[in-house]
Amino acid sequence: MKQPTSIRKRLFYQLAAVAAVLSLAFVLVVRGVASQAAEGTQDDILAASATAIADSLTSEDGEVTLELPYSALSMLGTINEDRVFYRVMVQGETLTGYTDLPVTRSPRRLDTPTFSTEMYRGDEVRVASVLRRVANTATGSEVVVSVAQTRSGLAAISRSITITATGVGLLFFLLATTLSLLAANSALRPLRRMTGAVTRRGPSDLRPVTAEAPKELVPLVDALNSFMGRLRASLSRTEDLISEAAHRVRTPLATVRTQAEVTHRKLNKPEHKKAIRDMIRAIDESSRSAGQILDHAMVTFRADSLALDPLDLIALINETCDRLAPTADLKDIALLRELPDSSVPFNGDGIMLQAALHNILDNAIKYSPEDSDIAVRIASGAELRVSIADQGRGFGGMDLKDLTTRYSRGTNVGDVVGSGLGLTIADEVARAHGGRLELSQSKEGQGACVSLILPYV
Amino acid sequence: MRYLLIEDNQKLAGAIVERLQLDGHAVDHADRLDAASACMDVANYDLILLDIMLPDGDGRDFLQRQRRAEKRTPVIVITARSAVSDRISLLDLGADDYITKPFDFAELEARCRAVLRRQGGAADNQKTFEGTVLNLTTGALQFGDSSTNLRNRELRLLEVFFAAPGQVFSKSHLIDRMFSFSDEASENAIEVYVARLRKRLEGSGARIETVRGLGYRMIPA
Repeated sequence: MKQPTSIRKRLFYQLAAVAAVLSLAFVLVVRGVASQAAEGTQDDILAASATAIADSLTSEDGEVTLELPYSALSMLGTINEDRVFYRVMVQGETLTGYTDLPVTRSPRRLDTPTFSTEMYRGDEVRVASVLRRVANTATGSEVVVSVAQTRSGLAAISRSITITATGVGLLFFLLATTLSLLAANSALRPLRRMTGAVTRRGPSDLRPVTAEAPKELVPLVDALNSFMGRLRASLSRTEDLISEAAHRVRTPLATVRTQAEVTHRKLNKPEHKKAIRDMIRAIDESSRSAGQILDHAMVTFRADSLALDPLDLIALINETCDRLAPTADLKDIALLRELPDSSVPFNGDGIMLQAALHNILDNAIKYSPEDSDIAVRIASGAELRVSIADQGRGFGGMDLKDLTTRYSRGTNVGDVVGSGLGLTIADEVARAHGGRLELSQSKEGQGACVSLILPYV
Repeated sequence: MRYLLIEDNQKLAGAIVERLQLDGHAVDHADRLDAASACMDVANYDLILLDIMLPDGDGRDFLQRQRRAEKRTPVIVITARSAVSDRISLLDLGADDYITKPFDFAELEARCRAVLRRQGGAADNQKTFEGTVLNLTTGALQFGDSSTNLRNRELRLLEVFFAAPGQVFSKSHLIDRMFSFSDEASENAIEVYVARLRKRLEGSGARIETVRGLGYRMIPA
């Protein structure tokens, strides 16, 4: 069986069903009571009319006579256009009136009228009969006075009451349904609030949920928090393991690389030298990839709980340039810092921004020819634009989307060592700050220009 | 230059010492922090290479003690941690620079130079040949009234000749000294740089001579 998927819907349907049952019951009860009341009124009038006629019975010369009091019938005439019939029977013989008016339930006791509903001349009629004893002979005669009236007026009243009751019932149903909808929504609001508090989190935000929870949800929240606690512990163990593993291999790698350099220096044959050089390059490649993978993990982690601190972008750029200047110097590359003297304040995550700048600049140095320039510029307008332009081989027509895809590298990288994560890292940092990365040809006409564009927060 | 290497991994330390000696540097090695302190009591170093994880303590504490004692010998930290946050905290503790294992010795040398230049303690790190003075840290080349600044590769090349005037160096040896392993180097490139140096040395007491079939050497002009 398919379970209802939404508590809200289920709650709403249940409340609506209750409202429907109540509305129906209301309509039936009102209609029943009203028609009973109307019937009762007709019966009373009929009985009164019959009694009035019976009161006019006299005895004359041993014969029962009747002077029909028209007031007795006129009191019935007030109701709509109903037709009125009467019949007076003495000892079973019709004295006056409609001889064919059916009187199925003859009264057995004096002063207690009987009522019955009959079909007469194609209409439903209500018949009230009273029994009188007229002392015209020694034994007296039993006279039955019956008054009947059609029921179309009653039906009209009943119909109008039914319509009104149905209208009121329908209105009640609609109102109750609307209220159920509101009630279902409001009952689920704490649940939605908690859902929001959980979904807004980044994938690595495993702090306990502190959103206020109603009593019924406390066990769920507790279970969730304890689950996240276990997940957090497990994740941090994994992270420790990964970074520990990455660090452990670095010392032996350094030993191998250093020994390789020493050996390289001592060897004379070009083919031997080449073998060692290839080995050293492979070590550099693995070390670089490991570093970038950790950097990328760090950036992803920090992006989820971005901390915005006031910092000076110029100081940050200068630090990064200072750090990479010796690397650039090795290839006689000049880092031209075309930066203003004043500071450029910005709210951001310094470590992430440094990782982004480091990777962009490191890329630029890697792909630049020796004896070239790399220009670092900053422009501030509606947004901040940090541009790093080199005189290297450019992007070879590839666009940003391709190059910022994880582990993808340009088609023209040739033999340059790389992991394909550098621009991905920079792009993720830019986007975490609400900005973007822009790739273009350098102003100088050749070479690549990478711009980190950051909006003011 | 005189280095103090503080590193507990014997194999790595041995390789680093040998590698630095190949470039003509003097290196003392300490495998513990107390041994390092003992070395520093008896000798003056141009530069300290410091590992972080040591058997008798954390290299960062050593760094802080040095800085509190106002000992200004430049320190370059050799770290196995590559994360940006680790690196930043090292600089905050007073390291002059850091290099991540495994590292390129050409890069280490470039960083040492940069640190020494920043410290201003570069004046005595120079060599003289026939009245021509080469500052190995700043790359300043002086003779007579003229003074020029060499670029990095020019400096690395001339440094080789200044270390052993008169000795013939093969092109292949010079390539090793001038280029790092990530560069594509060719013998043509050496000719280009030698030509540049010759221009730089015009009017000085030194010149670079081609020894056909063998290489180059520096002789008095």
